[in-house]
Amino acid sequence: MEVVTLPVLHRMAVCGGTHGDEMTGVFLVPELERQRREKGDGIWPIALTTVLSNPRAIKECKRYVEKDLNRCFTSALLSSSITDSTPYEIQRAQELNSLLGPKETEDAIDIICDLHNTTANMGLTVISYSFSNWVCLHLFKYLKEKVTTVPVRLMLLDIPICDAYSLESVSKYGISLEAGPQPQGVVRADIFNFMKEAVNAVMDWIKIFNSGQVIEGGEVESYMVEKSIDYPRDPETQRPSAAVHPQLQDQDFCLLKPGDPMFLTFSGETVKYEGEPRHPIFINEAAYYEKGIAFHLAQKKNITIPSIQAKKD
Amino acid sequence: MSSRGSPSCFPEARRVAIFGGTHGNEMSGVTLVNMWIKNRAEIERSGLTARPFITNPRAVEKCSRYIDTDLNRAFTPENLSTPSGDGLPYEVQRAKEINQIFGPKGSPDAYDVIFDLHNTTSNMGSTLILESSTDHFNLQMVQYIKKAMAPESCMVLLNEHPHLKYSTSRSVSKHPIGLEVGPQPQGVLRSNIFESMRAIMKHALDFIELFNSGVEFPACSVEVFRVHERMDYPRDTNGNITAMVHPHLQDCDWEPLNPGDPMFQTFDGRTILYEGVSPVYPTFINEAAYYEKQQAFVTTRRETLAANSIRKTST
Repeated sequence: MEVVTLPVLHRMAVCGGTHGDEMTGVFLVPELERQRREKGDGIWPIALTTVLSNPRAIKECKRYVEKDLNRCFTSALLSSSITDSTPYEIQRAQELNSLLGPKETEDAIDIICDLHNTTANMGLTVISYSFSNWVCLHLFKYLKEKVTTVPVRLMLLDIPICDAYSLESVSKYGISLEAGPQPQGVVRADIFNFMKEAVNAVMDWIKIFNSGQVIEGGEVESYMVEKSIDYPRDPETQRPSAAVHPQLQDQDFCLLKPGDPMFLTFSGETVKYEGEPRHPIFINEAAYYEKGIAFHLAQKKNITIPSIQAKKD
Repeated sequence: MSSRGSPSCFPEARRVAIFGGTHGNEMSGVTLVNMWIKNRAEIERSGLTARPFITNPRAVEKCSRYIDTDLNRAFTPENLSTPSGDGLPYEVQRAKEINQIFGPKGSPDAYDVIFDLHNTTSNMGSTLILESSTDHFNLQMVQYIKKAMAPESCMVLLNEHPHLKYSTSRSVSKHPIGLEVGPQPQGVLRSNIFESMRAIMKHALDFIELFNSGVEFPACSVEVFRVHERMDYPRDTNGNITAMVHPHLQDCDWEPLNPGDPMFQTFDGRTILYEGVSPVYPTFINEAAYYEKQQAFVTTRRETLAANSIRKTST
């Protein structure tokens, strides 16, 4: 098999608090800085920048102050003009783009690892865009081998780079690490520990890659998001009139088949799924009620990735 | 009072309220109360009126715990007697309104029973919260609910601690009961949690209906967990948290915590052990809303209370 040559990776950022109430990142980022103070930069195989992405939201322990920061990184929003009435998060996104990007340029940082939590039962989910180069897919492959305390899966968004809206799209090879289930405002030690393990594994992989070793390719299994399903809602109040069905609750990445229970209304009826067999992800995420999403539906897709090797520049 | 003595008599409990949304992001109560406001059939019982009521509508609208201050700490004598005015925090003004409608607290005009519906991020299962060990009506009610919920467990938390007890919205009534069901993240509605809370309310209203119809409930024992001590997170000199609830303690609400057991884990991986003198029963372990209240968990002691037999006052 042909080995694909890619440039050595020079700079990486670990970001936390992109949503101010997702506490693993909020605590892990300062912990990385404490390690740097105690042991020096030499502990890492790559120049590491740590960022608390949304400090105002972190201070208030809220997802965002005016607008979801993790929807502000489209090329259009990053180049929009700032006025007095521009939401805080759009301004902050442009600051982060200057710091870590600019997006889609040669100056952009090599890797962003953005830390998130979800109230959904998603274990450790690596989220990336389908346009991403082989680096992200290899990172996922390595994480899946090394992190064994929780299930590790790959979720892909099929969106072109200019429309990619999340922070990690600013870098050349960006991933989000999504860990759950964890309530907003809570830090669970078990989740913190495997997220720390995952960040360390990302660094280990970078060390191996940068050494010039051939990293063997293979097959990776991904979940490509296609659409989302909303809650049934009361036509008058627009409030949900059902909850995720107990048989579907916590079953992220299972296969949902036509006829399977989907919602249980407050009056006791079961609403069944009617569609092609698909995998639900982000089942009952707190922050998605206001976005009209009960869960996403994804199709499993096997991707063949080539062996890669770093070429020193 | 001996169990062979005459029963404690209470007037019929005719005026009952069900509070939801005291914390605007605790979704079981918000959803149940909105549902019952629209359609009261499920909560109708003969001999009583059950009034569903959203206590903090602005916080519910925002899906946040509170707007200015925690409503469930706002029913202090100072707040309730403070003159109304523009400068008052929203929840203090709201506490005064609620006290007018369902109280006044401590007066004969107050509602008989108020159930206040809450969720917690802690793994507490279904929990009933009492504020007095000598309210035999309430003791009998929680025992009835526990038996009716079995085999699903239902714990009883008693907070009579002079420093740790607080002025709840339900405290304006003669017989306040807190319903706390978890684990559920803020802003999330889980079907199983919703149905548990709904079942507790069904049994609670059944009890009151039976009581009002003249049924005598014989003396019984009630196992409770009495609030003992609040344990904060370890913090640095700037007040920042330096450790998390240990994985071995996380989710272990109501299980004994023995001296020497792991309690916290620092961010750099060290274990901090519980150094109390005797075993305690922790609860409210890692509740999201309590980080700002300096509470990682509360310790409780297990106790058996004797509930007198009760019946309604004969007219």
